[in-house]
Amino acid sequence: MSEALNQTNRAVPQQAGSAIPATAHVDATSRELLLGAYNVKKYFPIMGGFLRHQIGSVYAVDDVSLEVFRGEKFGLVGESGCGKTTFGRTILRLEKATAGKVVMAGQDVLALQGDDLKKMRRRMQIIFQDPYGSLNPRMPISDIIGEGLVAQADKFNGWAKRDIRDKRVGDYLEAVGLRRDYSRRYPHEFSGGQRQRIGIARALVLDPELVVCDEPVSALDVSIQSQILNLLSDLRAQFNLTYLFIAHNLSVVQYFCERIGVMYLGKLVEVADTDDLYAGPLHPYSVALLSAIPLPDPRVRKKRLVLKGDVPSPANPPTGCRFHTRCWLRDRLGNPAECATTEPVLRSLGGTRQVACHFAEKVTAEAVQATVATQDVIETATDD
Amino acid sequence: MDPRIEDVELPPPGGPTADYEVALVSLNQWQLAWRRFKKHKLALFGAALFLAMIVIAIVGPLFLPYDPSFVPSFDSPFCEGSQTVKAFSGCPPLTPGHPLGTTGRLRLDLLVLVVNGARVSLIVGIGAALISTIIGTIVGAVAGFFGGLVDNLLMRVVDVILSIPLLFVVIWLSKVVGNGDWRVILLVFSFLGWAGLARLVRSLFLSLRTEVFVDAARAVGVSDTRIIFRHILPNAMSPIIVSTTLAVAGFIITEAFVSFVGYGVDPAVTPTWGNILTGGQEFVGQGNWWWTFFPGVAIVITVLGINFMGDGLRDALDPRSRE
Repeated sequence: MSEALNQTNRAVPQQAGSAIPATAHVDATSRELLLGAYNVKKYFPIMGGFLRHQIGSVYAVDDVSLEVFRGEKFGLVGESGCGKTTFGRTILRLEKATAGKVVMAGQDVLALQGDDLKKMRRRMQIIFQDPYGSLNPRMPISDIIGEGLVAQADKFNGWAKRDIRDKRVGDYLEAVGLRRDYSRRYPHEFSGGQRQRIGIARALVLDPELVVCDEPVSALDVSIQSQILNLLSDLRAQFNLTYLFIAHNLSVVQYFCERIGVMYLGKLVEVADTDDLYAGPLHPYSVALLSAIPLPDPRVRKKRLVLKGDVPSPANPPTGCRFHTRCWLRDRLGNPAECATTEPVLRSLGGTRQVACHFAEKVTAEAVQATVATQDVIETATDD
Repeated sequence: MDPRIEDVELPPPGGPTADYEVALVSLNQWQLAWRRFKKHKLALFGAALFLAMIVIAIVGPLFLPYDPSFVPSFDSPFCEGSQTVKAFSGCPPLTPGHPLGTTGRLRLDLLVLVVNGARVSLIVGIGAALISTIIGTIVGAVAGFFGGLVDNLLMRVVDVILSIPLLFVVIWLSKVVGNGDWRVILLVFSFLGWAGLARLVRSLFLSLRTEVFVDAARAVGVSDTRIIFRHILPNAMSPIIVSTTLAVAGFIITEAFVSFVGYGVDPAVTPTWGNILTGGQEFVGQGNWWWTFFPGVAIVITVLGINFMGDGLRDALDPRSRE
């Protein structure tokens, strides 16, 4: 803790362009498991009927397992409603999990109660998407950041004492690039980027090991996004953090994360190192998702792999593989029955790569190109 | 003439750059609300009226020549000799010694009556509003925060209370139980008047407990109690304050009505604006307009003042309104 405090005295770069290389790989041999989530499920009940009883469930997160290693930046991507945020909230106990196990430091987070849970919260923190809603408008910054210290005060850290707390709040304000004397101000006096820095300070002030970043930059201006991403990179090195980075912006994830998990409709469909994934995705859904990345050059025309239909309702997900109703590969393979009947498990495909597809080996560049080539015809046909 | 580029004054190099110096003094939400309230002239006027009434109610009786707990019958030779009004219907305003005139029959001084009546009218209004706000806030907060079965039970109680006709119960209780005692009326108002506010507070809590900052507090390990008192309640205060303010006006009117129809505070024991009106109604036809006019004006001034103030508070406390 004292080490962390000393480090906060150094100047924090606020300008974009001072980034630490994002894809610096964690040495595979020295990997230490930090967080293991196993078969995590979160179903939201649908209430209805005459006596408001449960008439169904939204399968927001359905049997997701993933491991995050100490020091890495793990990205979780997927389109809106695929359950990535719910997963992050569930492992932090902000939602009550339906089933599953989350292991952190040898303890099952989902089973903790009372004081044990409170102690665990110190180890895992969250940065929220909305820099406006996440700060209580009635509280000055010092109280917002210091609140965790009050809640987590014990006889070892002395956080119950006002002066110790104020000093620590000031240190972390500086660590996130804000001025120490801003602490008596109120959230409405800050810009969106500054508010997000305050949210980061609130998360880091408890000295966590894991930080769940729930789309921390998607509500910000593009120019501010890079500042915040660089800040997060710097802070990771400074405080030995591990990030679970939830995002839907694929360019941000490519820049920021070392390993990526792709989610679709409550399921994890692919886990891969960033370079591997962007070089060649192996799940048909990942292929479609990556082809949707906009190119910054307006002169370049890119043919996208457009999926048919809409995302099915998570209250009534398709049988078998959840993606089979929209899968271009299944069409190419002549609609094998397996896709609709058997749920594919996440299987290892060499190295750190995991894919949940029966026919992942059939996902090749040629297959993708052939599909895209036939697609324009279909697209115009459906558009008319 | 358009100013040329050279004419435009540039900030000196090395001076303050586009750094975000937001405000010199940092004001919290309540200070900002007070700033906005101060700009609302009508609301300030209303607050002044209301405050003046409170001051009159507190210190007024001390300056009047009569014991505030007892309103004496009073004879005036000037009144007897008045040619304009029949003697038994009372002395008109501006009669020496009786600036607002007197009532008929007993010839009580109206100024004394109205000023003393302000005490009970305001105490019942303010007291009932405060007690019902406290009850309503607690019930609504518990229901909205914990939800589920607790919420269901409490809201059914609220439904039952809202379905009881308040006036009927007040009339019945104050006559049978209270025997015209204003304290009974205050308590009846308090214990039957909180239900609407409980619903309001519940809905506020329901929406506020899903706010991201509540999640953030939970994520750092803040307890439920602290979340309720430090995060949710302060953000729910504005509508509660506005509602309480307007409830004061509502209870004053209700008390006046109940007393007017003769089932409220006993006029023989304590004057209130409502029961002064009762006495005056049959004399209006005989030319005594002042007996009903002055207590009526007192009610109107107070209620209008409170409502102006409430409207101003609503605007000032709304965080979406800008200066």
